[in-house]
Parts: sequence; C-alpha cells; structure tokens
Amino acid sequence: MTRTRRISGVLILVAVALALVSIAVGAYTLTLPDLLVTLFGGGTSADQFIVFKLRLPRVLLAILVAVAFGLAGALFQSLLRNALASPDIIGISGGASVAAVLSLLVFGATGLIVSLSALVGALLVAFTIYLLSWRSGMNGMRFVLVGVGIAFMAQSVIGYLITRGDVRDAQQALVWMVGGLGGASWDDILIMAVSLAILLPAVFMLASQLRMLQLGDDLAAGLGVSVQRSRLALIVVAVALVAIATALVGPLAFVAFVSAPIARRMVRGGGLALVPSALVAIVLVLGADFVAQHLLTAGTQVPTGIVTGIVGAPYLLWLISTTNREGRAS
Amino acid sequence: MTQADAPQKRPTHALRAENVTLNYGGRDIVANLSVEIPDGKVTVIVGANACGKSTLLRGLSRLLRPASGRVMLDGRDIHSVPSKEIARVVGILPQSPIAPEGITVRDLVARGRYPHQGWFQQWSAADEAAVEHALEATDTAQLASRRIEELSGGQRQRVWIAMALSQDPDILLLDEPTTFLDVRHQLDALDVLARLNRERRTTVVMVLHELNLAARYADHMVLMAGGRIIAEGEPSEVVTAERMREAFGLESRIIADPVSGSPMVIPEGRV
Repeated sequence: MTRTRRISGVLILVAVALALVSIAVGAYTLTLPDLLVTLFGGGTSADQFIVFKLRLPRVLLAILVAVAFGLAGALFQSLLRNALASPDIIGISGGASVAAVLSLLVFGATGLIVSLSALVGALLVAFTIYLLSWRSGMNGMRFVLVGVGIAFMAQSVIGYLITRGDVRDAQQALVWMVGGLGGASWDDILIMAVSLAILLPAVFMLASQLRMLQLGDDLAAGLGVSVQRSRLALIVVAVALVAIATALVGPLAFVAFVSAPIARRMVRGGGLALVPSALVAIVLVLGADFVAQHLLTAGTQVPTGIVTGIVGAPYLLWLISTTNREGRAS
Repeated sequence: MTQADAPQKRPTHALRAENVTLNYGGRDIVANLSVEIPDGKVTVIVGANACGKSTLLRGLSRLLRPASGRVMLDGRDIHSVPSKEIARVVGILPQSPIAPEGITVRDLVARGRYPHQGWFQQWSAADEAAVEHALEATDTAQLASRRIEELSGGQRQRVWIAMALSQDPDILLLDEPTTFLDVRHQLDALDVLARLNRERRTTVVMVLHELNLAARYADHMVLMAGGRIIAEGEPSEVVTAERMREAFGLESRIIADPVSGSPMVIPEGRV
C-alpha cells in the first residue's frame, strides 16, 4: 500500500512537471513565473491566448484520454488475465476506429456524434468477440486470438473506407487514425471529462469484484462474485473508456497496452494498480506528445500516436518473447 | 458472526442435493443424484476418474447449475440465495486457482474476506483476526510477506487453504486439495483440514484420489461410479473388496491400516 502511494506520488510529480513544460515550451516559450501567473488568471493577453487557447486544452485532453486508455488497458488485462488482452491489440480500438471513420467519411458527422459512433462500434466488436470466444466458459487466450482476428478485419474495413473516400476527407481520417492531440478543443475536454465523471466511479465500484476474478472464475464465484454479471459490467465500462477516448484523439497506439504492465512492475504486489496505471498513461502520453511536438522533426509536428507506437511496439515484442518462458499464471 | 475465536458457536447447516442432474456440454455427468452432507463431519468423495465426483462438488458449491433437481442449503435452493450470502457459509477451493503475479501470501489470504465486506466497508478487526487465524492454522504465518511464486508446491497449497479459511465458511468444499503434493505434504494439508474440523466444527467435503488417505481422514465416505453414488457411510462400510471391484474394476484385499485402523486397499490387479 505504501509503495503504491509512493510510486503514485512520484508519477504525479513527473506528470505535473511534464504538463507545465508542455504548456510553457513552444515557438514562444514562457518562463515558469509567467506561466504560473497566467495559469492563475494574470499575465498578458498574448500569454493568456497561448496558454488557454493553444496549449492548455491539448495538455488537459492528453491527461484525460490517458486516464481512459490506461484504465481500459488495466481492466482488460486483469479481466482476461493476459497481458496481450489490451483493447488496442484485440480490436476494440479498431471497432471504434471503423465506426468513427465511417461516421466521418460517409455521414460527415462531427463532435459528439463521432464519439457516440465510436462507442457503438467498440461495443459491437466487444460483444462479437465475447460471443465468438465463448465456449462453456470464457478463456482469456481465446478472447485475445479472436480479438486479434477482428483487429485485422477492422484495419481492412478502414482501408476500404479511406480508399473509397474523398481525398481530403480521407486525409483527415488518416491523420485522425494515427492519433493526435493537435485538434484538442474545450468541447473535446468536456466530452471526455463528463464521460470520466460517470465511468470512474463505476470502475472503482467494480474493482473489488475484479480483484476476485483475478483468482479464476471458480474461486471468484465461490467467494460470492456474480461472475458473468461483473465481467459484463467491467467489459462495458472498459470499452466505453477506450471508445470515447479513441473517438476524440484516435487510437493512440499502445498506450492502453503498456501502461498497466509498467505500473504493475513498479508497484508490485499482484494488485490491480488502477491508479498507477492511469498515472503511467498520463506520463506516457504527455511525454510522447512533447516528443512529437518538439523533438522528433524540426518544423513539422508528428502525430502523437506515432511516438507512442515507436515506444510500444518494441515493448510488445519483448513481452511476447518473455511471457510463458517464465511460466506466468496465464 | 465471524468471530475467529469462538469455535463452539458454529451454527449447524444442512447441505444436500435433491435429484440433481449435472451436465457439461449437453452430456450428463451426474444423473438424478441425491446426497446429504453430514453436518460437522469430514466427508470424502472418491471414485474412478470421470465418475463425476468433481462435478458433484461443483454442483454442491453452485459453480455448476443443475440441469434438473436442486441443491438445498438450510432449506433454500442455493441458486435463489444471493451469492455473497452463500459465500459466508460455503467456501470452495477449486482444483486450479490462479494467483495474480507478484501477490504476497498475506494479500492473497486477505482476499478470502471478500464475502464479509460491503461496498463501502473498510477492512475490519474481524477481517484482520480471521486472516491471522488462517495463517496460523495452516502454518503459513512465517511466509506472510513472501510472494506466491517463491513458494514450493506444498507451501502454496497451504496458502490456498489459508485463503479458504479466512473466508471463515461453516462448510468447506475442496476439489482434490492434495494433487501434485508428495506424501508428506498430502498429510500436512489433510491434517490442517482435520484440525479445522475438530477444533471449529467446520464441515469439510473433499474429493480425493488417494483411497487410503480418504479412508483414514473421512468420517463419511461417498463412493461414486458412472455418475451415481454406489455406496456411502463410514469408511469401513464403503471400502470393501466388492465395492472396489464395482467402482474401479480392481481386485484388491482390504486390511486394517496399521496406523489408524481404517480400511486400507491393497491392489491385486484388474478384474
């Protein structure tokens, strides 16, 4: 418990530092005193414009979607007892992307409608996987394998939609699909904040059941958990988290996938590490976004999703090559 | 209700199956079976592989819903009572429980307290006492801060039993709690359960493979073959050459166990 608190404290400090740096640094860099004065309502109108119109929304949205991705990954991985069972690997993000691209390209939707489409798409994919992988009980590995298949199907559908679409719309959809925080607006922040206000309490109410489900379905049932009902509720909440975040910033590659395992390695102890997972995700997204904006190429900005992908892909390879070799539980 | 040091106060319970049929994937494994679990006793279910003994245990512990018939606890169908309420009376240790990676012994044992905790209820003194008692009763207190992965098979099994004890059930069901253990660790695990039964009057129901150990530890034996019960009663009534032939297809001689006096099966060969 104390170790979790200590690690969380450090992660919060790092996140705050990254957030301040991200708001301060840019084509026009504010000094720390100027930044703080501006954040608390003072400063010149130029500083205010830069902070509140240009940079703060981006940082806030980064933090909110990071929480959603980090928690969704932690929930899925614990529920399916498999580190590969992250929504971005098993096609849940893919489902959200298909629905979002469909609504963008075919129906010309914007804003909240795109978010809702993504939510519906992700839920549809999740239940498809659930049904296809069900065979007198749920098996985490089968869920993952079916999910990976669905993820490839989602890719093909997106490819088809983009090649058929109008060139300029397609360009826009492509940028969205790589995942970026460039277009962050206060509307986006509001959508994500309201979603989290509903979903976070649900996550923490379901956490105690999830801790029992970690012990296997039989033991969880023996300890008094309604296994099917709890699992369904957890899937819906995790899917909603990832779908809404995906709709707003695109599938930020691998954030959901790597955050929880990194957090768990830091805090140890076999718990769910939900809070540390969310904090690791915040640090990752803020860090990746800073790299994407300022360090990767001079002049043009790179979408954040490319940076998270560069970090995440090697981690995936390392994980595949070490799992089972150490005889892990799942 | 969960007072750790009140062994005599344990309430009596009636757990029984009434004409239950249990199936997996459309195949009936247990057909139209009735059995009553004697309260405050050690009941051991034995039988050949695939005779339905684990399935019966799953049925009794509500992990498997009967296709027909009912399992009754204190006059109520166990599938009509809230899951957590049952879990405060009936504990189950399945055959292959999963330990989350990196969890410590104490944290794992503490998870057994789940049915005693409400949504907003904090960890209580009763929870703490139950965990301490469980660690002591299974001789795992000195392992409390170790991680499960570091333990030997015998230690690990004692930790799982400790977890079941911290749940503080009046009836404890165990599916082959001695599998994968060497003979000394089998005795260790069974001794813990026997002591639990003796000192706290916990009803113990377990599936065991090892016939002679079953006969030694059981007050009541249930012998199954082909999805039905072919004999039940005291070990001396159940373990006979004729029954062994019927249940296992085995020619055997029955002698008295020189240590405990319980019946002991000396195999001669196939029928």
